[in-house]
Amino acid sequence: MKIAPAFALGLTISYISNTPVPEGIPNFSEVPMTEATTAAAKPIPVTVLTGYLGAGKTTLLNRILSENHGKKYAVIVNEFGEIGIDNDLIVESDEEIYEMNNGCVCCTVRGDLIRVVEGLMRRPGRFDAIIVETTGLADPVPVAQTFFMDDDVRAKTELDAVVALVDAKHLPLRLKDSREAEDQIAFADVVLLNKTDLVTPEELAKIEATVRAINPSARIHRTERSNIDLTKVLDQGAFSLERALENEPHFLEQDDHHHDHTCGPDCGHDHHHHDHDHHHHDHDHHGHDHHHHDHAPSPIHDVTVQSVSLRGGEMNPDRFFPWIQKITQTEGPNILRLKGIIAFKDDPERYVVQGVHMIIEGDHQRAWKDGEKHESRLVFIGRELDREKLERTFKACEATPAGAAAH
Amino acid sequence: MPTVAPLDLQGHVAGVAFLGDIPFFAESSGLIHRLDHGHKTVEAHEGLLSSIRDEASDTLLTGGEDGKVLRIQADGTTSELANVPRKWISQVAAGPQGAIAYAYGKTAHVRLADGTVKDFTEERTVEGIAFAPKGLRIALARYNGVSLHWVAIAGQPVDLEWKGAHTGVTFSPDGRFVVTSMQENALHGWKLDTKPGAETRHMRMTGYPAKIKSVSWSAKGKWLASSGAPAAIVWPFQAKDGPMGKAPLELGTRANIMVTQVACHPIEEIAAIGYADGMIMVVRFADSKEVLLRRPGKGAITAMAWNKNGRQLAFGSEAGDCGVVDIAG
Repeated sequence: MKIAPAFALGLTISYISNTPVPEGIPNFSEVPMTEATTAAAKPIPVTVLTGYLGAGKTTLLNRILSENHGKKYAVIVNEFGEIGIDNDLIVESDEEIYEMNNGCVCCTVRGDLIRVVEGLMRRPGRFDAIIVETTGLADPVPVAQTFFMDDDVRAKTELDAVVALVDAKHLPLRLKDSREAEDQIAFADVVLLNKTDLVTPEELAKIEATVRAINPSARIHRTERSNIDLTKVLDQGAFSLERALENEPHFLEQDDHHHDHTCGPDCGHDHHHHDHDHHHHDHDHHGHDHHHHDHAPSPIHDVTVQSVSLRGGEMNPDRFFPWIQKITQTEGPNILRLKGIIAFKDDPERYVVQGVHMIIEGDHQRAWKDGEKHESRLVFIGRELDREKLERTFKACEATPAGAAAH
Repeated sequence: MPTVAPLDLQGHVAGVAFLGDIPFFAESSGLIHRLDHGHKTVEAHEGLLSSIRDEASDTLLTGGEDGKVLRIQADGTTSELANVPRKWISQVAAGPQGAIAYAYGKTAHVRLADGTVKDFTEERTVEGIAFAPKGLRIALARYNGVSLHWVAIAGQPVDLEWKGAHTGVTFSPDGRFVVTSMQENALHGWKLDTKPGAETRHMRMTGYPAKIKSVSWSAKGKWLASSGAPAAIVWPFQAKDGPMGKAPLELGTRANIMVTQVACHPIEEIAAIGYADGMIMVVRFADSKEVLLRRPGKGAITAMAWNKNGRQLAFGSEAGDCGVVDIAG
């Protein structure tokens, strides 16, 4: 934890007239790039459930609350509604977005969660974990950012995973009419592809490929009626730097073939991405519209989120850290999630990073194993990402300049 | 030498107060303890969220996770003022003429002495309520500012706008200023006694390293003490324009232990300062002289209150280790 420098000199009062003056965008990377918060008590894990109306969130929630797993959950819901379980730790709260007063649109948090979590954490002995159920149209980003940006929430809880439920039958339609459905998938750590009994195996394969295209790093599980082994949903540690990526030995490896899956023979999705990038370069915003237009006939192409997977050798930390800070500061609004494992030259340990918009944190995770290839991998999930630039500038952070590397 | 009479409770203490000379300790569990010829306990709420002292009636007002608003007398007698099932009552306030207020969601409710209730609905969640010292007027803290409503007179509220989330609100005892605590680490103030039509005067009190959870006006409202730093930050409000152009006092500074509670003395210009490690000091404004009242304990100080003559200080912590300090010993 970093204490603000010389607060004694920093306290100011200013009398000003009506116009708020935006302060500079805070450099969040400075704070969490250091050690994780060392709270005395073990932080309470928080699972966030997202998914469109009818995707099966309430069914899953009822399963979590009624199955005999010996754990107690506090549940924060938007409406008591259909939860049939009698549990005095179900708290109703109105989703309330706070924009932080620094002029940055992506610095949003959920004010209601700050209040409810603070209230719950005054009596932590009552439950083992917290589940936040969001409404179908909710943006998952402010929910997640609350657990990084609010000091009180951050001190006592930790985001465990964002779980998105996807209605296999209706996903194409959802992607057509809402950006939220896509954001929820893009942002998730775990995707439950639900209602698989309502689609053909071919449709299901296509849907799964779409999900994979939107989010190559999520764990995908196929379910009927939200029936899932709860150990695959709860206690995932997806945001934990110690555990991040540990359970994903194939992290990024699907990437190479996901494009094939997505588009099949009927359309060159890969190509389309490149196209999009070039359009973007040439025509600024126009490229975006164009791309929609081109691919309108197939609902699966109502996807505006893309992922960029980067792979490189050992990195020079003096180049890598300024680079990732700059990228997240300038491209933050377009970055939904980023995750990666970085090999630094002469460093015996793997370094993991992850981020949400402009918030980024990283830490050493574990020693490299014998025979493990010291390579750096990083995936960005977002919109309007400049693949070529990301690849080029990432490569430039390598300890051995790319040109001189032995291939 | 100050002496401490400890009271060890089980969990987080949300509020403390003296009713007469009896110290009360409101636990977040909903149990309310008092030291009245021995330790006595009332089971008031199933989960307590807010607890304040109603100065006019010398009673305790509490709000809970059970949706109840209760008034608790010095002898422990409890009466229910409101009951809204399944809503969390995280804000309660006491005003003149027997009026009280509570809020959940976007609506604040003012209950008058005769039991009638008036509702004031905002566009966003009501996060703080304060009664003005004179006249039946309330300030409601909400996202992007504060709304001032006259309780008895229907009409448009006065909206004090400032971008950002305002999570608490207080009037200066002379009614000239309204100050909010914010989600970002700052206080924001408005000067109310400007001439009609004059430009709104804003005060931004920034630079705190942490959120401000506790503010306290000194006797006669000359100073506003605040938590949110490893010292109590005390702004001068005695001048016509408040703290404009003035630096705050920084009292009881410690290297890296945050102040979590402040409580100004009812008569003298001194303040009790409670810290994240459970330590409590009392510090004089005039010369920053410090006296240790309590050594570090089990958890952060979450509540403090002086008795009327300022000789005793009750305190509570997040870990339940409470007590009463006798200043004179």
